[in-house]
Amino acid sequence: MTSLEPVIKTEKLTKRFGDFIATNEITFEVYKGEIFGFLGANGAGKTTAMRMLCGLSRPTSGKATVAGFDVYRQTEQIKRHIGYMSQKFSLYEDLTVLENIRFFGGIYGLNNQQLRVKSDGLIERLGLQSEAKKLVGDLPLGWKQKLAFSVSILHEPDIVFLDEPTGGVDPVTRRQFWAMIYEAASRGITLFVTTHYMDEAEYCHRISIMVDGRIEALGTPAGLKTKLKEPSMDGVFYQLARGAKRGDS
Amino acid sequence: MVTLSKITKTYSKGTVTAVTDVSFSVKAGELFGLIGPDGAGKSSIFRILTTLLLPDSGKATVAGHDVITGYRQIRSQVGYMPGRFSLYPDLTVEENIQFFATVFNSSITENYHLIEDIYVQLEPFKKRRAGKLSGGMKQKLALCCALIHKPTVLFLNEPTTGVDPVSRKEFWEMLRRLKTQGITVLVSTPYMDEAALCDRIALIQHGNLLAIDSPDGIVNAYPGTLYAVKADDMPRVMQVLAAHEPRFTSYIFGEYIHVDTYNGNTPDLPGELKDLLTKSGFNDIEVKPITPTIEDCFIKMLTT
Amino acid sequence: MNQFAIFIKKEFFHVLRDRRTLLILVGMPIAQILIFGFALTNEVKNARIVVVDHAKDNASRSIINRIAASNYFEIQADVMDRDGMETAFRAGDIKLALVFPPSFEDNLAHQNHAQLQVIADASDPNSATTLTNYVSSIIRDYQTELNEQAALPYQIAPQIRMLYNPLLKGAPNFVPGVMALVLMLVSVMMTAISIVREKETGTMEVLLVSPFKPAWVILSKAVPYLLLSLINVLSIVLMSVFVLQVPVKGSWLLLFAESTLFIITCLTLGIFISIKTKTQQVAMLVSLMGMLLPTVMFSGFMFPIANMPVFLQWISNIVPAKWFYIIVKSIMIKGVGIEGIWKETVILCGITLLLFIVSLKSFKIRLQ
Repeated sequence: MTSLEPVIKTEKLTKRFGDFIATNEITFEVYKGEIFGFLGANGAGKTTAMRMLCGLSRPTSGKATVAGFDVYRQTEQIKRHIGYMSQKFSLYEDLTVLENIRFFGGIYGLNNQQLRVKSDGLIERLGLQSEAKKLVGDLPLGWKQKLAFSVSILHEPDIVFLDEPTGGVDPVTRRQFWAMIYEAASRGITLFVTTHYMDEAEYCHRISIMVDGRIEALGTPAGLKTKLKEPSMDGVFYQLARGAKRGDS
Repeated sequence: MVTLSKITKTYSKGTVTAVTDVSFSVKAGELFGLIGPDGAGKSSIFRILTTLLLPDSGKATVAGHDVITGYRQIRSQVGYMPGRFSLYPDLTVEENIQFFATVFNSSITENYHLIEDIYVQLEPFKKRRAGKLSGGMKQKLALCCALIHKPTVLFLNEPTTGVDPVSRKEFWEMLRRLKTQGITVLVSTPYMDEAALCDRIALIQHGNLLAIDSPDGIVNAYPGTLYAVKADDMPRVMQVLAAHEPRFTSYIFGEYIHVDTYNGNTPDLPGELKDLLTKSGFNDIEVKPITPTIEDCFIKMLTT
Repeated sequence: MNQFAIFIKKEFFHVLRDRRTLLILVGMPIAQILIFGFALTNEVKNARIVVVDHAKDNASRSIINRIAASNYFEIQADVMDRDGMETAFRAGDIKLALVFPPSFEDNLAHQNHAQLQVIADASDPNSATTLTNYVSSIIRDYQTELNEQAALPYQIAPQIRMLYNPLLKGAPNFVPGVMALVLMLVSVMMTAISIVREKETGTMEVLLVSPFKPAWVILSKAVPYLLLSLINVLSIVLMSVFVLQVPVKGSWLLLFAESTLFIITCLTLGIFISIKTKTQQVAMLVSLMGMLLPTVMFSGFMFPIANMPVFLQWISNIVPAKWFYIIVKSIMIKGVGIEGIWKETVILCGITLLLFIVSLKSFKIRLQ
């Protein structure tokens, strides 16, 4: 399922805003087919890091490649090989389910034939046949999130970035969502997930925890718990994040 | 202190039902949690209780006043934090607190003791514009502004949404300390783990009340026994369990998979599980009974 | 290219599904073309004039008849003394006056040369020029006719006098117009947006759940804009006096008092809009399209109201800017005091009161 081929590779990746160092020399690798949990408190530098990896923000120093492309010089190719979904925005509320799928599919470069096949498959898998012509804004949150995720991987990208994808969703839907994540991983898609649910940290193959702009922990959930002598991921996170100076300011 | 009796609320001329026949009450000085996912009806209930919306039917009272006829009295003695950040981003921390204190005919000095331990964390940033604070700090500021006039009842609508676990924990510790001041607190949250920190909770989904009791009471009411299962290759364990006949209820939960009988159709669940897993070739098999969490109870209620 | 097409398709969906904005974007131009096409014209018709005939002879009556017969003029009164005429001009009741000297025909007969006075209200220089031109051409026609039957040529020379604005400068006309526009813009739009912003960001929700009366919230929004607008008035008047050389002939105090009244009218209008709209975007659209454009069209400073179809003239009566424009012009350009503009002032007060009462009644103390 996971191989040793890194799809994300960073080396001392740094982003400064004037005097403020948002992301401070982070170094890590993410392998193909991995579910990688990217955790950290608010203000720890997660969003900045993700932006650089998505090709949305130019790093100040350091190196990084995503899907084999350089984050400084090849941002366009990066964008073509990744998918993205965040809690704040994923789909257009005033377009229907079908229209959203067709739009994003078109953006990702799928031709009409591919689009039709994928769109039918997607709708069937999610059981949205009777909802296909409804405006996305009228769907309940759980459906929206699942649909958004499916749309983000329409083009079978190498990596998908998921920014707090399950916020506010009920526990049953949350697990259905993670089943979809597992299914995508088994197809070779790498998933880069940020979340505030500590039990979801357990579902990841490996996780990293950012504190004050640096990566303070990197490893498997089991490994980190053993190393820090904590029975749960909650405890691991608390131990590391509690000492943050920048955490809340 | 707060009572609801058969409250129903619909939107868009009755096509969207937000709340159906909800009744419960909150005692004075209680820390009461309204637990449920987005779209469950929490915001609607809060807005009805803070007199911002009229219910379609039913009655509700806050501090003895009816929410429809006594809205003026209610509005002058409750504190309210609506879902997203609803303070003035271009005013400083100080200016925001000052404003809300004055609006309630109070002053910062009068009730400083109430917000003291929250404000000490904000104080280094008191001259910073509220819009430039981090998410956790914004929540603390909003809490100060809601407390500064010593309300009798505090309504906090999803105060910890989007905030990291450490800040959430701190926030709830602050809420528990408010109890000593005699303030009744109603909090809504989608995070099940926060439910355990309340005196009593109401579980709500799709506008319906699923259960209302103390956290312990809800856990104790869990029918039967819940088991936690672990082995090597967890994804395959999920598949095996899901494919088994007769059905199990199984779902991932952190590093374990929680398994329960489906409508009581398996008399010896642990035995059957161990058997199944051994036969399927797993190693390091662990099957143990566990005390359900609120989340387990919620899932149970949703799936039966 | 395909991808571009997809974006276009999506944008069409967004636009077509926003019904309210669509209505304004599509409906407005249609309304405007119709109005501009049929109603607004720079031509002057049915201008109210006064004729003072000291001669009362055939020649004068011939000319008067021709003038009465033409579409351009509507004779208000045949006889009026000097004072009456001045009052009428100051009040804006008449745009032009013709005065025939007692020996009009006599002079023509014996000297082949006669004069008559043409006095025009040049506070609107365009109209004044147009009207005096009409009068001159009617007189010339009469003169030509006379000459057909005469041995020696007759000459009738109109003595044209432009009141209030002898140099026919454009500024006296557009300064009051600009003042009305600017005040409307600041007071209506900014107030509306400011209040709706509180609704949009959610702070209104928090404010409602407090002992603070909602009316105070709204009034407190109006105060900064009131002061800002007064400063605007001051700067416009100062620039008019010192830079454009258009002095304030009347009382400065009265000018500011009336401006304050108009500002309050606009603020009330802004508050009314904010109560009825939900988003800042719609508030801005309604303010711009719904308020500013009618102000330009119906205030009278660009297009004479008297020339519009009666239906539109009625509409112009409810546009507050129309009354303010008259008031400012009267004070600044004609030097009129309160006795000349009390009617317009009362009307403005009435409009303000009406808007205020309606706003108070529509104000929602709850969210839905």
